[in-house]
Amino acid sequence: MADTNTGVGASVRRKEDLRFITGKGNYTDDINLKDQTYAYFLRSPHAHATIKSINTAKAKKMPGVVGIFVGEDVAKDKLGGLICGWGITSKDGSGMKAGPHPVLAQGKVRYVGDHVAVVIAETKEQAKSAAQAIVVSYGVLPHVIDAAKAMKSKAQVHEVASDNRVFNWSLGNEEATNAAFKNAAHVTSMDIVNNRLVPNAMETRAAIGSYENGTESYTLYTTSQNPHVARLVISAFHGLAPEHKLRVIAPDVGGGFGSKIFIYAEEVVCAWASKHIGGRPIKWTGDRSEAFLADAHGRDHVTKAEMAIDASGKITGMRVHTIAAMGAYLSTFSAAVPTYLYGTLLSGQYNIPNIYVEVDAVYTNTAPVDAYRGAGRPEATYVVERLVETAARELKQDPAEFRRKNFVTSFPHQTPVIMCYDTGDYAAALDKALEMSDYKNFSKRKAESAKNGKLRGVGFSAYIEACGIAPSAAVGSLGAGVGLWESAEVRVNPIGTVEILTGSHSHGQGHETTFAQLVSTKLGVDINSVSIVHGDTDKVQMGMGTYGSRSGAVGMHAISKALDKIEAKAKRVAAACMESSVDDIEFKDGTFTVKGTDKKMAFGEVALQAYLGHKFNTSEIEIGLKESAFHDPANFVFPAGVHICEVEVDMDTGLTKVADYTAVDDFGNLINPMIVEGQVQGGVAQGIGQALLEGAIYDEDSGQLLTGSFMDYNMPRAANMPHIENFRLGFTCTPCPTNPMGIKGCGEAGAIAAPPAVMNAITDAIGVRDLPMPATPLTVWTAMQSMKKAAE
Amino acid sequence: MSAVKMKINGKAVSGEVESRTLLVEFIREHQGLTGTHVGCDTSQCGACVVHVNGKAIKSCTTLAVACEGADVTTIEGLAKGTDLHAMQAAFKEHHGLQCGFCTPGMIMSAIDIVKRNGKNVSEDVIRRELSGNICRCTGYHNIVKAVQAGAQNM
Repeated sequence: MADTNTGVGASVRRKEDLRFITGKGNYTDDINLKDQTYAYFLRSPHAHATIKSINTAKAKKMPGVVGIFVGEDVAKDKLGGLICGWGITSKDGSGMKAGPHPVLAQGKVRYVGDHVAVVIAETKEQAKSAAQAIVVSYGVLPHVIDAAKAMKSKAQVHEVASDNRVFNWSLGNEEATNAAFKNAAHVTSMDIVNNRLVPNAMETRAAIGSYENGTESYTLYTTSQNPHVARLVISAFHGLAPEHKLRVIAPDVGGGFGSKIFIYAEEVVCAWASKHIGGRPIKWTGDRSEAFLADAHGRDHVTKAEMAIDASGKITGMRVHTIAAMGAYLSTFSAAVPTYLYGTLLSGQYNIPNIYVEVDAVYTNTAPVDAYRGAGRPEATYVVERLVETAARELKQDPAEFRRKNFVTSFPHQTPVIMCYDTGDYAAALDKALEMSDYKNFSKRKAESAKNGKLRGVGFSAYIEACGIAPSAAVGSLGAGVGLWESAEVRVNPIGTVEILTGSHSHGQGHETTFAQLVSTKLGVDINSVSIVHGDTDKVQMGMGTYGSRSGAVGMHAISKALDKIEAKAKRVAAACMESSVDDIEFKDGTFTVKGTDKKMAFGEVALQAYLGHKFNTSEIEIGLKESAFHDPANFVFPAGVHICEVEVDMDTGLTKVADYTAVDDFGNLINPMIVEGQVQGGVAQGIGQALLEGAIYDEDSGQLLTGSFMDYNMPRAANMPHIENFRLGFTCTPCPTNPMGIKGCGEAGAIAAPPAVMNAITDAIGVRDLPMPATPLTVWTAMQSMKKAAE
Repeated sequence: MSAVKMKINGKAVSGEVESRTLLVEFIREHQGLTGTHVGCDTSQCGACVVHVNGKAIKSCTTLAVACEGADVTTIEGLAKGTDLHAMQAAFKEHHGLQCGFCTPGMIMSAIDIVKRNGKNVSEDVIRRELSGNICRCTGYHNIVKAVQAGAQNM
């Protein structure tokens, strides 16, 4: 460790904070370009309808209007539609049924919020007013909202899928799994719904597109987690411009949680339309209501799951059938979520010899569904951990010990569903969580709560997830349209300061700090001499962006590789300057020394010499100190842990309070414990939100989104979270063997682990077996009343 | 259009606005002070909180013309040169922010909470009074810690 204050492992305070706490952040909506116009999107008021006609004549004459475009204009220009970048093959060998997804609706609208027309005007208000004057004649069609009903509905969302089924995918050995169930001593079977969520990053999506006539090139500012992928898709699939004529900039981005991975119609339209209004920039900033309607949502699974257990209490099989809503169109990453990010994690932390999962992905007349924090892994963990907890209760076994008995204990462990777990110590996390949560005295706390008229319950969640996505060849063989490597470039300036260009993108994760910590440790420079450059395709050549908890394990690994090359080159320069052999040069704490002598040079001196070229033969050693690297991961990384939640339920109202929460996670080594803890706290809050508060609800009759604002959709507030002293975080550590930092991803774990922990606790408290999320006071109270009735 | 004059961060400013122009639009678009954010359209999220005559208000539900002659403080007006306000420093020290988008509103609300409840304001009161400020990143844990710490140094 070069500098224990700023290097790897220290809770360094974040470098990026100063601009955010002083109001100097630079988010997309903060940017204003010369001669800028404003876009407003007219959206479908119907869940499913044909567009008979669109009359824009009156609207075009409204004050300030610069241009109005509809689906026909887009089609005339041959601007490609939005794509899903992952192809899934059905069990019968047929391909995924992807319906067309034009950036402005052509002939049909398929959900409330679908993009019908764009109005561009001198001001936002003028664009909005003119949009109200557009007359659209719709022919309303039958619609389907509920995923469980989609395959039998008379509504047909896309021509290509007559039963609304996008694919019927399976994984695992069906025959062997059926045999395990035949021979089981006990079977636990559950119907499980994973509620639809709206990601709701606090910054709504925004874009500014501009076309420059002189260079025939486009610039797009957008709220993206992966600007390079946006550029690739907009170039290769929308066909807007070749990559070298399209610059995509994702400046400060106010949270993503998956929802800003995807390529959306609005950003493509803003860039495209700019050329059609003479190159004036077009700015669009979505409001929160639009975010609810048209951002990709998360989850929305309807599942039947069964677990087979033998007479000794060992799990012998798991059989799962899931209907996964995809919404009205296949969003960028959507097909991968209920398949390779879901089915592959159904083994949990357990040694389960037989698993079979089948997934029917279906179209519904709702906003598209895609990755939201955890993406598939929360759904898998919810299935596994609700089943395991319920099975333990049915078998009258302690839920902790039932889990322990079934834990995977030797590594590497090949599951029956593709994944090969590399390291872990699940019992260690369980023991630590039991101790930190004072599990042995739970009954005392339960009695204490009862005195106050509260029902107290405890619930476990032993989760595993696969992140650090992902080995390119492996995902390619499973249907991915891209490789999932990462790139890095290290530029050492002549005075020894360092610029890191990375394909990762930071939108809350704190890369400007953690990446600098790695540089500090490896090169021995102060973190204040390091700057991190990201989010601009003109600066960073290529990258795959930030999602799937990949920026540490994959993004930093690329940086680490490039830093190794810097060290190697600098050693050659140092050797020449100190007239020694390269093999005799040692580098430690930012100083190059010649073995066995007192000769030394600081890193900054070597950097300067590398650019001066005075002291080495420049035909043998190239001038300069700049290196780059691409890194493709060898495997996923497998964070795992045990979360224990205690709730108190008010008997009169059904109101549930998270009284106590313990999270013990194994993320391998930690680069910055403060930041890692922040990720867990935030993830757990989203998980508690899913379990207790959040749920996107469409009205079945009208297809309207009923939870379309923060007044209807219950976001977690400060008072919904456990008290500071009742929220404990702990870590265990089995370093990851596939990256030199030994790290595993930490960004999604909380959102993955928390929902089953909370729901297991509530069902324990009120003594009910099944309970849907979100467990609102009404839901919990109703469950308690029906229990009462049944007992009478 | 109406003429409006006010003081923002100690500086006299004026402008021509429509009657419907919101204070947040006047601050962000007319004055170019983009630290104050808009995170919703129903006055729920609190990203737009500023101080008007010393009190925290949501600038997304206040008309600019209603602030004629008012003394407005935004996030940009808190630090004295390079000296951060105690609450700003506490948010950094306690990792009370991640993406930073809700942060200006959080800090402005936090200062108001402490002003009204005193430096020993309880955790329960802080949590309850932050109900008008939504953060999606932090789970509020470190925000509450930061408010408590900032209160001690205000």
